Amino acid sequence: MNDERVPLKEEAVETKEITLSMGPQHPSTHGVLHLVLDIKGEKVLKADPDIGYLHRGTEKIAENLFYPQFVPYTDRLDYMCAMSNNLAYVAAVEKLLGIEITERAKYIRVVAAELSRIAGHLVCIGAWGVDIGAMSVLLYAFRERELILDLFEMLCGARMTLSYLRVGGVRYDVTPEFKKKCLEFTKILPKRIGEYERLLTGNRIWLERNKGIGALSGEEAIELGLTGPNLRASGVNWDLRKDEPYLVYDRMDFTVPVGSNGDCFDRYTVRIEEMRQALRIIEQALKDMPEGPFNIDTPLIVPPLKQDVYENMEALIHHFKYYSQSFKVPKGEFYSVVEAPKGELGFYVISDGSEKPFRVKIRVPSFANLYAIDRLSRGGYLADVVAVVSSLDPVFGECDK
Amino acid sequence: MTPEMELLLVNNIKDRFGSSIIQTTVQFGEVAHTVKKDALLDICRYLKTDPSLRMNFLMDVAGVDFYPEKPRFTVVYHLLSLITKLRLRLKVRIEDGEKVPSLTALWKSADWPEREAYDMFGIVFEGHPDLRRIYMPFDWDGFPLRKDYPLRGYKDRYNPYGEEKK
Repeated sequence: MNDERVPLKEEAVETKEITLSMGPQHPSTHGVLHLVLDIKGEKVLKADPDIGYLHRGTEKIAENLFYPQFVPYTDRLDYMCAMSNNLAYVAAVEKLLGIEITERAKYIRVVAAELSRIAGHLVCIGAWGVDIGAMSVLLYAFRERELILDLFEMLCGARMTLSYLRVGGVRYDVTPEFKKKCLEFTKILPKRIGEYERLLTGNRIWLERNKGIGALSGEEAIELGLTGPNLRASGVNWDLRKDEPYLVYDRMDFTVPVGSNGDCFDRYTVRIEEMRQALRIIEQALKDMPEGPFNIDTPLIVPPLKQDVYENMEALIHHFKYYSQSFKVPKGEFYSVVEAPKGELGFYVISDGSEKPFRVKIRVPSFANLYAIDRLSRGGYLADVVAVVSSLDPVFGECDK
Repeated sequence: MTPEMELLLVNNIKDRFGSSIIQTTVQFGEVAHTVKKDALLDICRYLKTDPSLRMNFLMDVAGVDFYPEKPRFTVVYHLLSLITKLRLRLKVRIEDGEKVPSLTALWKSADWPEREAYDMFGIVFEGHPDLRRIYMPFDWDGFPLRKDYPLRGYKDRYNPYGEEKK
């Protein structure tokens, strides 16, 4: 028998390795992620993120501003949850100054940070839905996010770039009206989360696209530097609110949801559950919030109330002194961390004793989480890359600094 | 900081690597060791594997420029243990042009932060598998976070507001 058999179909159609650029204008890359993918057919061989399209040199800017002037820049890091960024920065400066904020301010900060955690997770799940074909979830998620933005507007007048927290406390007091609205919101949201779950958790397409995709073991997640919900989805029980409690989280009763497989679906369920737990924290914090001042009583660090500036000469002088000279921060260095919605957000601030920070190094969770994308998408299909990116929830204002 | 933590993070490491530790500071409950460059890998290996420390998480690598001080740069490592819940800071002081050993062999998560420190300060990490710029374009001239780099950058055809290059 001679060897002239008909070639098999796979041999006849040769698959070549090609390099594909995904983004930065791709609709499902969460902003400006540029992924350079080596693919063979539909299989991903390597994913190399090319980041930096949104690099604004935030750390360089910080070195040239007074300490309080940098707070608005932190809003623009993770713009989905400005409160957490404010919190991590002002906590670092307060520690360097050696001041302890008032009890009321601590509770207000907890409420603010948890509200913005919910807002961040809502955007994550909504955008994730759109990316893999469930358009309606985005519309529902944004409907609820709108309620949170309205609450923020009541709190400080801004909706996205809040700058609500400041060194020494918060900018405005919490009003009874806000409390009422906020409690109403905590009653509304659980039902709405149930709606998302009805749309997604049992949805066959959602399950097929997410279950078993981008699975990561706990050890690997630690090795790659994942934090936040992405780490917890891999079964590692690590939440800074529990393990290194700051503010008044040690007085709050809540549980930390942990996944088991570390795949995209677990990252989704962890976020859903985290929203419910955040609501519990908000309810408790609003209930326990003590009366009292919302700023510390140190005129050097806290500017006067705006109303007084218009009516009182001393307050006007104080206002000018504060905004033109700021305050000196003693020499030292501190690394402050908070559990931001995306993971561990750290501000490493070095002070040389002047009014401006000598160096601010921001440890951003999105940057560290995005590093895992090569490991997570290798060997999978091209379409899964989209699910993996969404599940890591990178925000490029933060990732690119 | 509890006395046990102090014993573990300060005295224990000082006893073991006494000659390699230049300075130790404890401020706001955070321990920072300034170590000799040659001993960095050994100390890190010990921190990662020692059963009482188990520093399994490299949180961040930060460059700091102390221009015109000498030595010019400090590389700061933030370590964390998810098991013992301890945090530790290591610092290595280097001169401009000097290389630092890369920690990517011990913690993969050192990869991108080291690239960032290279991109922003021009600190070269020896043994890094893929040391190239991460934020700035690959053909960028200069290292933006150095203290002698102007805030608005250098003047060129894309940046009319920058400073004249000397």
